Amino acid sequence: MSVNLKILRYSPKEGKRYDTFEVPYQRWTTVLDALLYVKAYVDHSLALRYSCRMASCGSCGMLINGKPRLACYTKISELNSNEIICEPLPNFPIIRDLATNFDRFFTNHKNMMPYIINEKTDRKMDDIHREFIQKPDEVEKYLQFSYCIKCGLCYAACPTTAMDKEFPGPQALAQMYRYMIDSRDQASRKRLEIIDNRHGIWRCHFAGSCSNVCPKGVDPALGIQLLRSYLLGFSKKGEEKAVLYISSH
Amino acid sequence: MRESNIMKIHYITGISAIILVAIHIMFRLIMPYGASLEYENVIANYKNLPYTIVLELVLVTVAIHGFNGLRIILIELRQGRVWEKSMTWLCIIGAASIIAYGTRTIILASLTGEV
Amino acid sequence: MKENREGIKGWLRPYKYGLPRFAYWLQRWTGVGLLVYFIAHVIETSNIVNGKIAWDKMLELTQTTQGHIILTLVIGMCVFHAANGVRLYFAEGGKGLGKAGRPEYPYNPLSLNNKMKACIWVSIALAALAMMYGASILFGE
Repeated sequence: MSVNLKILRYSPKEGKRYDTFEVPYQRWTTVLDALLYVKAYVDHSLALRYSCRMASCGSCGMLINGKPRLACYTKISELNSNEIICEPLPNFPIIRDLATNFDRFFTNHKNMMPYIINEKTDRKMDDIHREFIQKPDEVEKYLQFSYCIKCGLCYAACPTTAMDKEFPGPQALAQMYRYMIDSRDQASRKRLEIIDNRHGIWRCHFAGSCSNVCPKGVDPALGIQLLRSYLLGFSKKGEEKAVLYISSH
Repeated sequence: MRESNIMKIHYITGISAIILVAIHIMFRLIMPYGASLEYENVIANYKNLPYTIVLELVLVTVAIHGFNGLRIILIELRQGRVWEKSMTWLCIIGAASIIAYGTRTIILASLTGEV
Repeated sequence: MKENREGIKGWLRPYKYGLPRFAYWLQRWTGVGLLVYFIAHVIETSNIVNGKIAWDKMLELTQTTQGHIILTLVIGMCVFHAANGVRLYFAEGGKGLGKAGRPEYPYNPLSLNNKMKACIWVSIALAALAMMYGASILFGE
């Protein structure tokens, strides 16, 4: 069996063009396998980013037959097409071919303060070992959002990020919810202030495309709507609830 | 104004508009549709004070909700201080103008035949 | 580096991402359409202050087959925008989406649950029914 792999090639000097390669495949061959076949045996100059090959690192996100997908997680056989079109993720600047630049995406993520803010965890007191004890239901509130691998598929699918370059995107907003809802975190108010602006959370219109393409079941749209419920006053977060456990070394 | 407050207004005007527009449409259905549009019947509507209040509220809520929706689309289309400020003011002026124009109609129509 | 933003194509495309994306697209277009109609409606009805002759003249212009088709479409847009708007009001307030938990393969997103999809279909069905009812009144006379 073979399939035509049509790849968008781009370099700053030559601009855009499509190259088509005939690639042999088996029932289990992934799009990433096919791309690596092209790179190894046909055209070494093909640029793409990949690492783990098992949907854990989030490096090989690209537009496959018009939809953002992980190349390592998409089997050619499941696409039911004689032609597979691979293009770089939209809404990300293209570096070369299928490799895109994630700087803005990661900056948006960092702007959400993706860490626990709690004054009781002062690192200066090294002689004391301290940890928070959380109940399972407290963990389940944020667990699914912590599975985000930052692959950028949601950012590529979102109709708002397609137009609004100042919108943080579904990934960043879902991560904001992940930290805000954590019972160890004390910075809810500060966090909500960050996203309550003209290009913040209100530019999400619940098109659900982010959750439709997420390969890890994070469901960013759910996180964003739950986060918004706090700004609308439908939900309220109480004071930090996780119990602090302290012991000397 | 904080964006959350603007959006709360957007939701409130949206929900209110559903109820008010439903009342407005019902006034077209309490008699045969063609008859409800006859000049005398429309003027009689405008002379009914509770109904003119409903009309004015429809005008205000739909204008605010609609022009804020337009502002949202416009600021998503393009970014930049000048563009966003201009579009915000354009929408405020648009809403204010349509409210003023509609209010003028309501007042003048309710006074028809009295002067 | 080439900026590769989808731009306006992003929200002009209603397919590929399921029913909620289609509802988003429809909500936007119906919103824009209703705003245009609202402005036109305020202007056309202002003829009432110019007396009976001006009002009847305006009715002659608008109460035509084309006018009734436009009005039928407006009824549909209005009902869909309102019904889907109520769904969005609840969803954006975190209601009807379910509780976050441990994701299990094959990862069916909670936010795109059947309740939400049913609400979208109900909005479309209500709009269709309202259009049929509206058309029966407008064209029935």
